[in-house]
Amino acid sequence: MTQHATTGAGRLYGYAASGLAALIFVAFAAMAPGVVGGQPVLADWPWAPSLNILLAFMVDGLSLIFGLLISGIGSLIFLYATGYMGDHPRFGRFVLFLFAFMISMLGLVMARDLITLFLFWELTSITSYLLIGFDHDNPRARRNALQAMLITAGGGLALLAGFILMGTAAGGYDLAHILAGQGLQEHPLYGPILVLVLLGAFTKSAQFPFHAWLPNAMAAPTPVSAFLHSATMVKAGVYLLARLHPTLGGTPSWTVTLTAAGAVTAVLASVLAMRQGDLKQALAYTTLMALGMITMLLAGSHPYALTAAVTFLIVHSLYKASLFMVVGAIDHGTGTREVAQLRGLGRAMPVTAVAAFLACASMAGLPPMIGWIGKELIYAGGATMTGAPLVLAAAVAANALVFAVAGVVALRPFLGAPVRTPYPAHEAPWQMLAGPIILAACGLVAGVLAQPLLGAAIGSTLTGSLLQDRAAGLHLWAGFNAAFVLSILTFTLGVMLYVMRDRFATLVDPVLRRLPSLDNGWDQLLDALRDLAAWQTRVLQTGRLTGYMLAVFAVTALALGATILHGRPVIMPELPRSAFLWLTVGFTAAGAVVALNTHSRIAAIAGIGTVGIGVAVIFIFAGAPDVATTQLMVETLSAVMFAIAALRLPGLVERRSRQRQLAHGAVALAVGLCVTVMVLSVTASPLDRTITQYFEENSYVLAHGLNIVNVVLVDFRAFDTFGELIVVLLASFGAYAVLKRKGRAGA
Amino acid sequence: MNSLILSVGARFLTALFLLFSLFVLLRGHNSPGGGFIGGLIGAAGFVLYSFAAGVDAARRAVRVDPRAIGVWGMALAIIAGLASALASLDPFTGLWLILADLALSTVLVFDIGVYLAVFGAILTLVFALEETL
Repeated sequence: MTQHATTGAGRLYGYAASGLAALIFVAFAAMAPGVVGGQPVLADWPWAPSLNILLAFMVDGLSLIFGLLISGIGSLIFLYATGYMGDHPRFGRFVLFLFAFMISMLGLVMARDLITLFLFWELTSITSYLLIGFDHDNPRARRNALQAMLITAGGGLALLAGFILMGTAAGGYDLAHILAGQGLQEHPLYGPILVLVLLGAFTKSAQFPFHAWLPNAMAAPTPVSAFLHSATMVKAGVYLLARLHPTLGGTPSWTVTLTAAGAVTAVLASVLAMRQGDLKQALAYTTLMALGMITMLLAGSHPYALTAAVTFLIVHSLYKASLFMVVGAIDHGTGTREVAQLRGLGRAMPVTAVAAFLACASMAGLPPMIGWIGKELIYAGGATMTGAPLVLAAAVAANALVFAVAGVVALRPFLGAPVRTPYPAHEAPWQMLAGPIILAACGLVAGVLAQPLLGAAIGSTLTGSLLQDRAAGLHLWAGFNAAFVLSILTFTLGVMLYVMRDRFATLVDPVLRRLPSLDNGWDQLLDALRDLAAWQTRVLQTGRLTGYMLAVFAVTALALGATILHGRPVIMPELPRSAFLWLTVGFTAAGAVVALNTHSRIAAIAGIGTVGIGVAVIFIFAGAPDVATTQLMVETLSAVMFAIAALRLPGLVERRSRQRQLAHGAVALAVGLCVTVMVLSVTASPLDRTITQYFEENSYVLAHGLNIVNVVLVDFRAFDTFGELIVVLLASFGAYAVLKRKGRAGA
Repeated sequence: MNSLILSVGARFLTALFLLFSLFVLLRGHNSPGGGFIGGLIGAAGFVLYSFAAGVDAARRAVRVDPRAIGVWGMALAIIAGLASALASLDPFTGLWLILADLALSTVLVFDIGVYLAVFGAILTLVFALEETL
């Protein structure tokens, strides 16, 4: 790989992509006033009209929030990646993958048609596979990329089935139409739809028990983790849940499933986050916590719970993308991401430290950050939900743990006396500082100016997209209420957890060790699948040509025989009068007899060739000179090819046992008999000449040709001919490859 | 193959085969023939030549790698098939240019593509067989 060729150009790609993403951000911002005013932007093109499928897009409140987050964070990520890995020899490719991902993600959140949505959903799975496995020399990266893709794309297939059922139930795939309708909660298909859609959403958003892939996806370069596994891809699942909330939400099964999966994921992930030694892994688990929290809140149907879900989604995207970039900067500046090896970086990396402090304050939910408002809303919203005590307990536990994780991840590395790191700590270049600082500052500004900045967008999301009658307000000080008390409780618990984290470790580690490892289970599942494939290949693919041909001919004979026995066609064989034709038939049959009985390969080939030429002569009698000529040429050339191969082989020696010979003979006779009866019965029934007539009438009029066969080949059915050309060429190239490879191996 | 008659005759026969294959290709629209048969006949000519003079000589006589010929044939067929897009017609719709007695069309281009693809595919296979076996 040449390093020099891509270095300069690679960085240029990074800047260009960043600029493009910024333009997209501006475009979304320009749409904002109209969208917030209740006028969604719509666009659609017919795609498969016969199936009622559109390529349709819509920007409403929910799409707008996602679009702004994706393009805004995307722009900063491209800038960051340019500083982080701009001199990577494959950086151009990296930018391409990442940009393709961003476009897929934008398409996903703007899709108005369920099939369009599915398309972009799978595109994000594929592009993220390329990104997680970007470091493809590393087997671990390849394995984790495959795991992420199989889980999310597998969920995507369930989602497709769910969407098709939804389309059937709602009478169309247009989301605007579906959402404007009655809702599918009462529909008989609701159960299967819910299961399938939730499978898709839970796998994408890594909800328990499908969460294993997300921490493993940290094999990706840090800019990818900061983008995909914090702010975008994993949010696709919760986006879908929010999008379909009006039409699927609110039933007991929805509420119970989402609450349970969300709560388990949130608490389990935040406990695991506390126990990670690697900063990036710790952040990955807190991402799981956030996804669990949002899922849990989407179980609710009260405006408070839903406002909390949307707000927390913004909160999390801002601080998590920032923190991932901070971790990347630490890794870049010191050569390690191990919590235990990092202390006192504040002096050497002051700008990174400021970004880390701000982002971590938002993550911990401290005022006046937007994170504080998010947390207050979670408590206010949780109180409105079914099973409120449970929801609130889970929320407090998860938030307190994340508070402590924030201290470990973002505070501790920068404070205290500096320690030795693999290389002396230094500040990151400006491209890597812009992103974390801007996003962290956004967390602060959005906190102070929450209602004027975000109120309208969240309001229109709640009323326009989630079909609620109002949204909860975003206030730093909402009064001395239950939520405030719970916040204070969270902080107290969080500080205690942070201080006593070693004691906490000794408590939970034995429990965590007992938990069955889903990741190992995954590997075992894949191994079992491979064993199954190997076994059935051994059984079916014996590698013996005789076996294959026996199978093909036996099946042919069975299928034809069964059809004949079932149809009982009337056959009236009409014997030809022409003596010359009888001669040809005898000649043809003689060829077959020779081929069967000779011990010389050349004689056998000549015998088979005779059969072919006899058939060609019969074609001439039947008035098909084109077919006859082709048949003649094909026979000649195949006899030549056979001969080339056969001349190098020893004479024919019969090695089959008597029984085997008889069995083969029986199959051959059966095929011959069945084909004969079939041909006779086909010719006995009157031929439908509509198509022939059309060709006869139009061959000259439409296609200026008198030879109908050729006109059919190159004009009327040219596409079929084209397909055949591909087959011919591929077959020949395939044979070429096999021959040449064998030649090399033998040499 | 050590046959004097074959090695002398092959040069003329190959030329004759090629000429005949072009004839068959061009007359195909109104009389028996066409690109598929033409390609087979043309390939048969060179197969004969390879028996008489050896594969290397036959390869030199073809001048272009048969694989490339096959791919170009395919490309020509695609171009002819998609040319109808220029006239906003469905793919593989024939376009005609009638100049007095002479009727030219994308269909002919397609047929030439068929000829080249078949020609290339057969020669790729036969030459490879002769070289390795």
